[in-house]
Amino acid sequence: MDQTKTAGMNKANESGLKLAGDTFSSAYSRYIGRKFTFIFLSILLLILLFLHSIAVGAADVSVTDVARVLLGEDLGNSNTIIWQIRLPRALTAIVAGVGLSVAGASLQSILRNPLGSPYTLGISHAAAFGAAFSVIVLGSGTMRSTGADAVMLNNPYITTTVAFLFSMLTTFILLAIAKYKGASPEVMILTGVALSSLFTAGTMFLQYFADDVQLAAVVFWSFGDVGRADWGDLAIISAVVLPSMLYFYLNCWNYNAIDAGDETAKGLGVDVEKIRLWGMLVASLVTSFIVAFLGVIGFVGLVCPHISRRFVGDDQRFLLPASCLVGGLLLLGSDTAARMLMEPHVLPVAILTAFMGAPLFLYLLVRGFRH
Amino acid sequence: MLEVQNLGFDYGTREILKAVDFGVLPGEVTVVLGPNGVGKSTLLRCINSILKPKRGFVMVQGENLHTLGRDEIAKRLGYVAQRSETGMLTAFDAILLGRKPRLGWSVKARDREIVEETVKMLGLEELALRYIDQLSGGELQKVAIARALVQEPEIILLDEPTSNLDLKNQVDILDTIRGIAKAQGISVVLTMHDINLALRYADSFLIIRNGEIYARGGPEIITPEVIETVYGLPVMVESFKGFRLVIPVG
Repeated sequence: MDQTKTAGMNKANESGLKLAGDTFSSAYSRYIGRKFTFIFLSILLLILLFLHSIAVGAADVSVTDVARVLLGEDLGNSNTIIWQIRLPRALTAIVAGVGLSVAGASLQSILRNPLGSPYTLGISHAAAFGAAFSVIVLGSGTMRSTGADAVMLNNPYITTTVAFLFSMLTTFILLAIAKYKGASPEVMILTGVALSSLFTAGTMFLQYFADDVQLAAVVFWSFGDVGRADWGDLAIISAVVLPSMLYFYLNCWNYNAIDAGDETAKGLGVDVEKIRLWGMLVASLVTSFIVAFLGVIGFVGLVCPHISRRFVGDDQRFLLPASCLVGGLLLLGSDTAARMLMEPHVLPVAILTAFMGAPLFLYLLVRGFRH
Repeated sequence: MLEVQNLGFDYGTREILKAVDFGVLPGEVTVVLGPNGVGKSTLLRCINSILKPKRGFVMVQGENLHTLGRDEIAKRLGYVAQRSETGMLTAFDAILLGRKPRLGWSVKARDREIVEETVKMLGLEELALRYIDQLSGGELQKVAIARALVQEPEIILLDEPTSNLDLKNQVDILDTIRGIAKAQGISVVLTMHDINLALRYADSFLIIRNGEIYARGGPEIITPEVIETVYGLPVMVESFKGFRLVIPVG
């Protein structure tokens, strides 16, 4: 059946249209080529920014020295600075940026809502509540100063674990409601709004009864900071972010179909409910891990996909990789700037992303979301 | 060849479709008529397994559709929903999406070829590289039809393809649909409200009333009695310059 139909089509197109078809086809190839160029340039930019980010700081190391150390040469002091401090920090910024951004991009697609992001679904707020709970109720948050580098929680692992548990709890509430009421975009976003206010209220309640040290620890935790992660933390975050990235990418055609409307997607053979549920689960998992280790980093998940859209459009085949790159670029760039702005003080990157995110978001709002 | 046997669907305890039986031959255009809310769209969704029917079968070339997976159904049935969402996706890519059930891990030369052929066949070359959120309603509807076509289906279902379109676009779209059905031997089932347009383009009619087929057959079944019973409106059915027209009276 298929073959006879195709033969019919070929026959109809043999005469006259060949030339026009070729130019139109090559125009499409050029259009696709432009998207690849954007992705290629972003990769290049990310590599340059990565080297720059490792080079700059309190002790300046030249970019060539950075390259030499990364290639395995031993340059004494620079080795320690690069391998122990700057490299894990820069890589964490990239991986977290990639994770938050790709989670946001997929949520925006599967919830068909430009406001979809880990932040909007209340997952970040739940993690912040978990950290507050751990510090204030479980007493994990006495602070001690480490001289050069701001302050640290005395038991970050309990704080991280509890923050993670609460964000996963939120994920399960979201999924349970999705199962019971259907995972429609409206239901999910409204559930996110309700859960966000609930956890914000809970955090405020706990903070009211906290002493000043605990309060400081909670506030400190909630400033998302990529410098908090060591190699071990980075490995754990990467072990979640990288497979998730692959998962989202393998679903790019499913997301393109869902973008065309639920009914159209179902007509194209997509099990919309299942894809939506799994997508939410994976996005929540990624966010939970990042937020639990690094604190709340707002706006990256919301804004980066929209920036990427301006360059590559809504086609998920390109939007997902572009969002990953823009997310990595934005968070690494912000963190580098946060380290340089008030030297020798190092600002938590979340403060900067919030400052940058809000105007960017307003700009996108005024220009009109195109999703 | 599409055969629908004893198809039934309920929302909770409310019976929407009772026992619907009909068949559509290759190349035949069947229009489903009936007042709002009688279950026309539900019927299309049940045929396509977007809604799981509670009773009955849908057979395509003798194969029971409900035993097949979603991808397999999508290879046999194209579905054009009443509403298509738009975005910053080119018309070409929006049509390419129709290859979804047949795509492996990547788009192959064959997929691109068939999309290019379909674009040309429907005369969409000019807008193929425009984003679909810049297209008019009629253009968008053509893109949706093209998307269903590149699925290489044996049957295409269209849910009110002419609603929200101006007269020229309605005629254009129905011409296109009929042309495709005849040229490629695809069975077409569509729902619509304009009985006069349906009379121009349909080979057969299915008139639904209270979840059941009230009448079924060629244009001859469109009589004043049938229309009055189904729609509760007295009409005349007249011939004018070779066209049959249904005109409300009173």
